[in-house]
This record gives sequence, C-alpha cells and structure tokens, in this order.
Amino acid sequence: MFFAKVIGTVWATRKDENLKSFKLQFIQPLNSKREKTGTPIVAVDTVGAGPGETVIYITAREAVIPLPVEMAPVDVSIVGIVDKIDLKMT
Amino acid sequence: MILGKVVGTVWATRKDEELVGSKLLIVKHVDLDYKLKDTFVVAVDTVQAGVGDVVLIATGSSARQTVATKNKPVDAVIMAVVDKIDVAD
Repeated sequence: MFFAKVIGTVWATRKDENLKSFKLQFIQPLNSKREKTGTPIVAVDTVGAGPGETVIYITAREAVIPLPVEMAPVDVSIVGIVDKIDLKMT
Repeated sequence: MILGKVVGTVWATRKDEELVGSKLLIVKHVDLDYKLKDTFVVAVDTVQAGVGDVVLIATGSSARQTVATKNKPVDAVIMAVVDKIDVAD
C-alpha cells in the first residue's frame, strides 16, 4: 500500500460494465515525506475520497478486492483516507 | 490505471488462439494535458475505443478481469473511454 493525494476526477461514460457505478479519481503518488513522486495514476475510489485528501491505495490484481463485483479490470484502488501519520525517522 | 491515447491498430493474423477476435490497439501514454509521451503499450480493447480516443488502461493480471479477456494471454486492456478529466493540482 502506498500514499497518494487525490488531485482530480475522471469522467468516462463508456467503461467496463462492472465499473459503471464507481468513481475514478486521479491520484498523485507521494513518498514518505508526502512529496510528489512519479506520475499521476487513475484509481477506483471505494471510500469516497475527495480532491486534496491524502489516501492509501493498493495496486495490481488485489485492487479489485474492495469492489463488490466478481471481476473488474482494476489495477489501482483507494482503500483508505489518511487522517494522520506518525513517523519517527531514526 | 494509466491515461493513454489510441494512435493505431495492430493486425496480427498468426497469434495465440485465445487472442483471435480481440482488437489490439496501440496506445501512447499521455500526461494530464493529453500531451503524448514517448512510451506506448499494445492493449486489448474491450470498450469499442477508436483511434484518437483518450482511454484508461489497466495492466498486469488485472487486465484479465473482463469478460473479453478472462484467462487469456493479455496484460494490458482498455477498460474506459475518457470523456473529461478534472484536475486541480
């Protein structure tokens, strides 16, 4: 699981049947210092995150697990909204 | 998923039997302004995308999670045609 910031929304009327009711969000991956890293990706939002929020996301085949469908072509999904991170770098 | 733009079609008569009937499209990666990047991927189309469409691509084993690609040798699939993106950052 990784951190990212929600930076926008994607509208796509024509998409896989099993994804019809889900929201697609653009997320910018972050490093442990909450700085931008890598390029933005699109994730299925299963927790109702909004723009500007820091979220936890998962990738690959596991990304479909939070969705209440048998199968869907999803390789990134948001699984949590971060309230606070406690980090002690030693 | 990553954002891309369909720039071409691939014709391949001799291919894995499971791929017969699948439409293979060349999708160039694009940035948030739809500007083409140098990299591309060949993806199976499941949403009737065409050349010029901005699309979303799912990769890896997730690409097999559609009716059209289930258990087939596919690692990239076009699963949405993008109407609009709204990015604040």
